[in-house]
Amino acid sequence: MPELTYVEAAHQALAEEMARDETIFVVGEGIGPRGGNFNTTTGLFDLYGPERLRDTPICERGFVGLCAGAAMTGTRPVVDFMFLDFILDAFGELINQIAKMQYMSSGRLKMPIVLRGCIGVGGAAATHHSGNYYPIFTHLPGFKVAVPSNPYDAKGLFKTALRGDDPVLFLEHKSLLNTRGEVPEEEYSIPFGQAAVCRRGEHLTVVAFTTMVPETLQVAETLSGEGISVEVIDPRTTSPLDIDTVLESVHRTGRLLIADETFAPCGMGAEIAAAVVDRAFDDLDAPVRRLNGAHVPTPYSAPLEAAVAPNREDIERAIRDLMAE
Amino acid sequence: MPTSTEAVLPNKDACLALYRQMLVIRRCEEQLARSYQAGLIPGACHTYVGEEAIATGVCAHLNDDDAVFSTHRGHGHALAKGVPPKELIAELFGKATGCSQGRGGSMHLFSPQVGMMGTSGIVGPCILQAAGAGYSFKLLGVPKVGVAFFGDGAVANGAFHEGINLATNWQLPVLFVCENNLYATEVAFVDTTRNPQVANRAAAYGLPGIAVDGNDVAEVYAVAGEAITRARQGGGPTLIECKTYRTRPHAEGMRDGGYRSTEEIDEWKKRDPIPAFAHRLLDAGHARQEELDAITADVTALIAEALQFAHDSPWPDPATVADHVFSQGGGA
Repeated sequence: MPELTYVEAAHQALAEEMARDETIFVVGEGIGPRGGNFNTTTGLFDLYGPERLRDTPICERGFVGLCAGAAMTGTRPVVDFMFLDFILDAFGELINQIAKMQYMSSGRLKMPIVLRGCIGVGGAAATHHSGNYYPIFTHLPGFKVAVPSNPYDAKGLFKTALRGDDPVLFLEHKSLLNTRGEVPEEEYSIPFGQAAVCRRGEHLTVVAFTTMVPETLQVAETLSGEGISVEVIDPRTTSPLDIDTVLESVHRTGRLLIADETFAPCGMGAEIAAAVVDRAFDDLDAPVRRLNGAHVPTPYSAPLEAAVAPNREDIERAIRDLMAE
Repeated sequence: MPTSTEAVLPNKDACLALYRQMLVIRRCEEQLARSYQAGLIPGACHTYVGEEAIATGVCAHLNDDDAVFSTHRGHGHALAKGVPPKELIAELFGKATGCSQGRGGSMHLFSPQVGMMGTSGIVGPCILQAAGAGYSFKLLGVPKVGVAFFGDGAVANGAFHEGINLATNWQLPVLFVCENNLYATEVAFVDTTRNPQVANRAAAYGLPGIAVDGNDVAEVYAVAGEAITRARQGGGPTLIECKTYRTRPHAEGMRDGGYRSTEEIDEWKKRDPIPAFAHRLLDAGHARQEELDAITADVTALIAEALQFAHDSPWPDPATVADHVFSQGGGA
């Protein structure tokens, strides 16, 4: 099976779907001849030209609102935000229009729009280029939210996003873009709302998001040498969120840690912990624990930046603490 | 006032259709106002009384597959685009038979099958969405147009700048129709800008900008017709400023005066677009009084039937409340 980078895998999904469906077009800053700041559209302008690879001025509200109208009238826009932080200028169009349009029209309008952007702490990108934001969109009815952690999932989830009729946030952590992984040559897609059990274990369940998935897998490998058996679950989409896979796992392990780079308050960990306590209280042998990034804007300087995002040591410590409960 | 020369009247049948459409909007709005006062409309009700010539003159050129995006004062746009009065009244009553099946109310009127792509409770997005419809139509290679109706209150909003700039730069088939009724809710347009003209802002973006008497349906019809033809032929968007006035309050149940004088309201009532057009049709020999009377009787019956339909319609089933959050199934 060929190995691709995360960026290459997502690019392959987009290229294949644009070849298959002429109504797909991409808008964004520098996604035309430049091929995207993160090489998300490299080479596609030469194939499909300026109407389907549309460079925009820097007016996120404008082109997001425009793409809402396009999605209502027979085409399938992909908005490439580069850094997802730039989406914030378009919040009104997203939440009041895009997320509500199908409901307001009683299902007679569809909203096939994909909103992609890079997220996450890293690379001294500082606070206007490091946001995660997926819990916000998960909170709101009307959005689907994909947060792939590896190239295989990136391609498979992007395919599903591009073929569906709903608004999808497709969020790619900057630190994962150049990671490599096996991606099959044959056609496949990954349904939303199906978590991946990345590693089977018996003593403790870790639900991890984006970069926390590979970090936790490393820690789990290390701890296995000491006889600590860690199960690692990657929900892959936060909306819909596959709670059932988490419940099934906790039923066997009795211990749950949620590792998530983004903020704790009202976040994914809070949601998962509440669901598990509500539905599987008797399965728990210990308190549910959360490991999150610091609840602060993302600083620039390397030692400060390193202090806001959980790392491998933090994960290992959290697992040991929870095993000691 | 912009009227210098009177626009040429279209043919007799077209004129009678314009007259009838304006009257349908007026009578429907008057009924909605009465129903509001009777407590039958639980939410907002922004009427279009006084502005009927604009939706009528523009939408007369549109087909069901042209896309209209509207604002909070959108009953007239929905009716002129082909939403039956009974579906409008039923929607404002909150009934299952309403054009949004009870999910929308006055500010969320949807009927995609006739190209009514939504009114909105937020000022500005319709401008962007109409541009997006234009983007679709251009990409798909079909001669359709997107139309945005919005008020003077949207002109200082960023959506106006961003949407018109994008549509013009990409030469999209779009009509931007500003209904300048002089007040955004109760704030005078002249108090919010040093340039109270809207049409001349088009020069900043490089598209045609035309100011018309929004109370003259013949003028709106003529100017919109040219702009829509140009858009269908690939000539890009047009900004049309229709100078008009709403003679009822911002919303039913709100005060009428205080921010504007009785004299001003009375002056604009004298410029009511419907009797003005009737007189013109009679003077030009395009209609006889009996024909206009017959239209009035027909419209009166239509609205009465629509009201009865709304009264008789069932409420939506609460069990369906989570339907349509996504394209398939309910909530996540």
